[in-house]
Amino acid sequence: MDDPLVLGGETFNSRLLLGTGGASSIEAIESALVASGAEMATVALRRISPDARGSVLDVLERHGIRLLPNTAGCFTARDAVLTARLAREAFETDWIKLEVIGNDRTLIPDGPELIDAAEQLVDEGFTVLAYTTDDPVLAARLESAGCSAVMPLGSPIGSGMGILNPYNLALIVEQASVPIILDAGIGTASDAALAMELGCDGVLLASSVTRAREPAVMADAMRRAVEAGRLARGAGRIPKRLHAEPSTTFEGAPDL
Amino acid sequence: MRVRLNGSDTELDDDTTLDAIVRRYGQGDRGIAVALNGEVVGRSRWNDVKLTEGDRVEVLGAIGGGEQEMEQWTTLSY
Repeated sequence: MDDPLVLGGETFNSRLLLGTGGASSIEAIESALVASGAEMATVALRRISPDARGSVLDVLERHGIRLLPNTAGCFTARDAVLTARLAREAFETDWIKLEVIGNDRTLIPDGPELIDAAEQLVDEGFTVLAYTTDDPVLAARLESAGCSAVMPLGSPIGSGMGILNPYNLALIVEQASVPIILDAGIGTASDAALAMELGCDGVLLASSVTRAREPAVMADAMRRAVEAGRLARGAGRIPKRLHAEPSTTFEGAPDL
Repeated sequence: MRVRLNGSDTELDDDTTLDAIVRRYGQGDRGIAVALNGEVVGRSRWNDVKLTEGDRVEVLGAIGGGEQEMEQWTTLSY
């Protein structure tokens, strides 16, 4: 099936992006990445420790997976912009998954800080993929700010609650002219399929795979769910009806 | 002299360069970024920049990421 995702001028055959946080080991990340078929994965910047072992960078390089640095843990536009600059220096990429968190219990994004950071980073030549709430107005503002993709949450990061507001997500998709990638909240494969059925262009997930009992098996399930949801979206689902609609006509039924 | 290195007070020889700091970690320089007093210092300048008393240095590298840890979980009851 030739149905690539075009994002920031690049072409991806997989519409599933993987976060690499939360795994029990580097081996678990590697097997999950391979099973997922993902062509892009997020990494975070943190203080290095002298006893670090087995780098996630090696894993990505080994499998030709594009690295997408994030600004995880930033609470202000200032910190996010500085983190993006550091990531550009460390990984030699202008791409950044922009996260600016407004609340440390829900990890829900801070809209005003997010827009401020997005504008600065676009000005500095970054390709910005913005993690945001499922607010259609904020999504439109981020697109206007020059973001290359808008990434609304389905529900809070790591919560596994799936897509809490499919209506908002449908509105975001309807108005968007940049790719919409559902990011955060996915719990299991049906959530990923629903995101694609609602018209999202891709899905980014981490915990639902890395914290699953069998990460590689769940990664495989997510890959298939994203493909299935994409196909279903394109195929055009039937409307939901209150009453039954027989698939076989009553006409010509015998009088028994 | 004393500097703040990755959040810890650290005693260093005078005129220690950023390059020497990065080498202390023994992980090469691939995938590493350095911030000095809240500003990015590009790797081409690591050899030229000498630290002074009280500097704040952050040496950063990649970790698995894509989410933050939730410190405290509350299971939904509805």
